Amino acid sequence: MLKKFWRTDLVDVGFDTIVNFFYRLAEVADVLKSEGLYFNYGPETLPDRIEIPLKGTLRVKYGFPIFQKGGVCMDVTNAEQASIAEDAGAVSVMVLDKLPYDVRRAGGVARMASVTKIKEVMDVVTIPVMAKVRIGHYMEALILQEIGVDMIDESEVLTPADEERHINKWMFKVPFVNGARDLGEALRRIYEGAAMIRTKGEAGTGNVAEAVKHLRSMYRDVMSLTMMPPEDRLKKAREWGVPPELVDLVARLKRLPVVNFAAGGIATPADAALMMWLGADGVFVGSGIFKSQDPPVRAEAIVLATSMWNDPESVVEAQSMISEEKSMMGIDIRKLKPEELLQVRGV
Amino acid sequence: MKIGILAYQGGVFEHRYMVERACEELGYDCDIVLVTKVHHLKDVDAIILPGGESTTISKLAKRFGVLDELRKLAMNGIPTFGTCAGAILLAKHVIDRVTGKVLRNPVGIMDMDIVRNYYGRQRESFEVDLAIPILGNKPFRGVFIRAPAITRIGPHVTSLAMLNDVHVAVQQGPHLATTFHPELTNDTRFHKYFLKIVKH
Repeated sequence: MLKKFWRTDLVDVGFDTIVNFFYRLAEVADVLKSEGLYFNYGPETLPDRIEIPLKGTLRVKYGFPIFQKGGVCMDVTNAEQASIAEDAGAVSVMVLDKLPYDVRRAGGVARMASVTKIKEVMDVVTIPVMAKVRIGHYMEALILQEIGVDMIDESEVLTPADEERHINKWMFKVPFVNGARDLGEALRRIYEGAAMIRTKGEAGTGNVAEAVKHLRSMYRDVMSLTMMPPEDRLKKAREWGVPPELVDLVARLKRLPVVNFAAGGIATPADAALMMWLGADGVFVGSGIFKSQDPPVRAEAIVLATSMWNDPESVVEAQSMISEEKSMMGIDIRKLKPEELLQVRGV
Repeated sequence: MKIGILAYQGGVFEHRYMVERACEELGYDCDIVLVTKVHHLKDVDAIILPGGESTTISKLAKRFGVLDELRKLAMNGIPTFGTCAGAILLAKHVIDRVTGKVLRNPVGIMDMDIVRNYYGRQRESFEVDLAIPILGNKPFRGVFIRAPAITRIGPHVTSLAMLNDVHVAVQQGPHLATTFHPELTNDTRFHKYFLKIVKH
């Protein structure tokens, strides 16, 4: 039996403690705000008693990804693909206008998928529906929140709308997922209010090398934090541009405080299992499924391998369900020009 | 005692954390097994079905034959505790609010109708303080995430808590189901209540 390369259970201190941490972080700001001294950037504080149901609280925003753990979110471009994904056992679907592979080929500006298409998908599947918005595009995010998308991916796969800022995700009732290449990037996104992180990898290439690199880099940074004296952690926090409390929390948890998925280039069940072994809580599969020649079987196989990654028998079973000739061709990342890389968008 | 947690997907470790804490507070000795295959269910004293996507969990559980074994054990009186998707698996009749789809292969041991995604999508997810008399006077924080609702219960099912006109926590003999997530709070009362049932 394979032991997890990186022990990543989110259990050391319990979910509740983590949620409270973020409320505490905003507490001082709240006091200052009430005295007219400070502009609040963070979650709104909760009352002690909740008599009338309160929507969009941190607990339900951070809680949503908890129930995605161990599962596969699949990129789809229409209702038919969404049904295939649901039948295969996906935990959610991500609606796009074009799959990342096609975004790459088509060039031009990649934007949010059309509202009608997203609504069509929401009508046919019972699992959560996510959709991507351009980095920094508040209005696309607002539209998705209004039509009822379950989670918003502020994604580097689409052309950034704001090249310097990300969305202030604390303002939204719907949880956000963001891409990250390393720990600093992940913590900046969490500080901006992201409820979930995914590695960026290099989308639409069918090549996991970048996703592996990003997961390994996060692991290395987390581990080095745990060995650091407090002064050095403070220095790191300044270097990354995040509150030192957040860095300390990561050192204590030995992982990110939110759910962390792997994404970018996953094409086979073995790829998915590799990501899980490397410490991901689940996977996003983009072009890997619907750019292959056997989507329904492959989708099912990837679901099996993700959930049962630490049972070699099941991984073999999953990998045997697909044939390599039918995998997407893939792109060698070294052959991409620097300006063709998606992962460098929005750091 | 040996507690099995169905571990294909979802809030597995959150439940483990709460069970460990509850056992510590009660002074019980407990062994937790993560259940993904039939042999993991050998000699378990109780089974927890965590939240997650019920379609995914039931598909995988069926593939490994765990679903049938679960039904058998539950029928023989092994206590089960289902939260959210877990409650959906335990219910006899499952309906999706929007699409009207009926979920196949639920374990189906509790005589109740459950409506999936009753409150709507994620933006309608909420938390609220619930009055649960069997847990004492202090309200229990209910965390509802894309939660289902129990719209009808059979004569052998007791309602433990209601929210407006639907049941949110029910009990049938040794089996418990909640449509909210006690594992996302720091309140171990619900887990303790279940562990006490297991002990008897």
